[in-house]
Amino acid sequence: MDFSAILPALPGLWDGMLLTLQLMVMGVLGGVILGTALAMLRLSHNKWLANAAATYVNYFRSIPLLLVITWFYFAVPFILRWITGEDTPIGAFSSCLVAFIMFEAAYFCEIVRAGIQAIAKGQMGAAQALGMNYPQSMRLIILPQAFRKMTPLLLQQSIILFQDTSLVYTVGLMDFLNASRSRGDIIGQSHEFLIFAGLVYFTVSFAASLLVKHLQRRLAV
Amino acid sequence: MTTSTLSRAVAIALAATLLSAPALAAELTGTLKKIKESGSITLGHRDASIPFSYFGDNPSQPVGYSHDLQLKVVEAIKQQLNLPELKVRYNMVTSQTRIPLVQNGTVDLECGSTTNNIERQRQVDFSVGIFEVGTRLLAKKTAGVNDFADLKGKNVVTTAGTTSERLLKIMNAKQKMGMNIISAKDHGESFLMLESGRALAFMMDDALLYGEMAKAKNPDDWSVVGEPQSFEIYGCMMRKGDPAFKQVVDGAITATFNSGEVNAIYDKWFMQAIPPKNLNLNFPMSDELKKLIATPTDKSAEQI
Amino acid sequence: MNYNWDWGIFFKSTGIGSEIYLDWFVTGLGWTIAIALVGWVIALLLGSLLGVMRTVPNRWIAGIATTYVEIFRNVPLLVQLFLWYFLVPDLLPEPLEMWFKQDLNPATSAYLSVVVCLGLFTAARVCEQVRTGIQALPQGQTAAAYAMGFRLPQIYSNVLLPQAYRIIIPPLTSEFLNIFKNSSVASLIGLMELLAQTKQTAEFSANLFEAFTLATLIYFTLNMGLMLLMRMIEHRVAVPGLIAVGGK
Repeated sequence: MDFSAILPALPGLWDGMLLTLQLMVMGVLGGVILGTALAMLRLSHNKWLANAAATYVNYFRSIPLLLVITWFYFAVPFILRWITGEDTPIGAFSSCLVAFIMFEAAYFCEIVRAGIQAIAKGQMGAAQALGMNYPQSMRLIILPQAFRKMTPLLLQQSIILFQDTSLVYTVGLMDFLNASRSRGDIIGQSHEFLIFAGLVYFTVSFAASLLVKHLQRRLAV
Repeated sequence: MTTSTLSRAVAIALAATLLSAPALAAELTGTLKKIKESGSITLGHRDASIPFSYFGDNPSQPVGYSHDLQLKVVEAIKQQLNLPELKVRYNMVTSQTRIPLVQNGTVDLECGSTTNNIERQRQVDFSVGIFEVGTRLLAKKTAGVNDFADLKGKNVVTTAGTTSERLLKIMNAKQKMGMNIISAKDHGESFLMLESGRALAFMMDDALLYGEMAKAKNPDDWSVVGEPQSFEIYGCMMRKGDPAFKQVVDGAITATFNSGEVNAIYDKWFMQAIPPKNLNLNFPMSDELKKLIATPTDKSAEQI
Repeated sequence: MNYNWDWGIFFKSTGIGSEIYLDWFVTGLGWTIAIALVGWVIALLLGSLLGVMRTVPNRWIAGIATTYVEIFRNVPLLVQLFLWYFLVPDLLPEPLEMWFKQDLNPATSAYLSVVVCLGLFTAARVCEQVRTGIQALPQGQTAAAYAMGFRLPQIYSNVLLPQAYRIIIPPLTSEFLNIFKNSSVASLIGLMELLAQTKQTAEFSANLFEAFTLATLIYFTLNMGLMLLMRMIEHRVAVPGLIAVGGK
């Protein structure tokens, strides 16, 4: 084992890490927004909307993320072309991001739904008694409390997404894992670079999960 | 002699179309229109097709023989569309993703190590050929592998999505050889399987095998052996049914062939030390390639 | 649009031997199930052991289990798989290494790597569920068992675990389903499971929409079927009055 080749490769690996982090942050933001919207639909009194959202969630929760990534990578540009009639340049990054957002939304939806349901029913009643309508009471009363309650879970799911971004390896996007693997391969030191990648992922996720635990204690309502 | 005069005539015709470009600019269609409008072109490249298209010293900038030709095409497009500021985007492809990505519009032009064959011609269009290889085997000198017949009942690796994979699987079924075929994700991984002893031999295009050998810890331990199972012509891929774009691509490559610039490019990648390990492939130009350069064609090897 | 839809593609010849594309999907599904089931056995056994270790009144033993969980939860599955597949065989003693790499069928060696990888990865998750289940039981049960003269191993095997398992069936079910989905990473080391066969079909036939649609349907059906099965089991073994304690 000879880890000396890693130092000169660090700038390239850092580029990979930036891409990984970018994917994660944008994936979480998009996933939470879409997931919250889905949770609203699932909890709505309209049976059709609730069922449609439930089907979406069940669908994405029953297929592997790797399948979604591969599928979207090939299909999204095709579908865009059918819709717009033109070639829309969409790179691996965008198609992976779409895949992550749509996939993670199913998981975020369930977290948000559980968070909302955990807020006592009486609060909704009280808000409505004060003359608020449904969107108002959701936005002003229920959601702020629900998000506070589910922040740790959302963050935990984000750490999982941080690790799952490594699956973009399958479409050749140069994230941190692929950058390490590619560098290690070309200079014939794949083992060293793989171990290094594992250590970095561990350090980041472990530190993040300690932070989440700390936050969990502070946020407890 | 007649063939080379013919190719010269083609080149002149193409040059004429290039010169009359401004007149055409108003009625751009397809890929050229997209490039003109977006001001950018997306090039498909490989990460480990040494020395055709791969990451050398810089993990975000592909290099290689095919890549140099690809840049020649980019230059031609800049001229044709009068777009000196044309932005080049890179999109890495693998053997398995390259065709869908060209089809679905992600990649405008892929130049790497893609064999032109009839099956693929149904899905994409090929430029005039840029290289010719034979599919052979890479094995350790001490392994006792001299030809395909020595591989009965053995582990053999090849890269998923390549013509070699198909040939090997068909050979295995037809001749009941009982080989265990490993399909690795890319050439780098295939070679890893070979080097770590998981496979006895690696079937692939000979030039790529020399490229992998240059990467080995001890390149002298390895040799390329076996009767070529097929001869294959590499081409650049683009979306099907876009003659205007294909004309520019073919024109640029043919011009590089005719001016003799291709010899310098060949020398740089096959006869001199190349990154990342500064090894020399020492792979002199084959007669097949010389012929291809003298008479450019977008047909596959089996169609000639 | 130059895409040729052909839903009959699955019954067409692949050009290799006498196989049709559907055969590839059947083989792929077989591998997927074989990976998931054997991986699950490892995960359940090791995860239970680790879960028990985390709850025993001994700092060192609990510490070992905690360390295990942290390591296996914080390294991406794909990195773990590459370590098992590319690195670990090189660390084996020479004869074993040669046996693993050369004598074994490559599909078998890839299979072993995936099964071990998924088993150990999922064990960390099962461990957390088992621990939660045990801790959800009233403390009085342990005390009562001690009072009756049970020793610690007996308390776990006769009192705590049988109840804990029943409480945690829902989260265990989702881990069980996860292992089926996670088995798709095997496609990245060349094992021809369902996803790999799908990609191969897409590439050989150029009918990628059809291939991926069928794969999606198979995963979806498999998942729903297993979920229903687990619900039935949950109902069968439910202990009246207990579910309220830990059931989420």
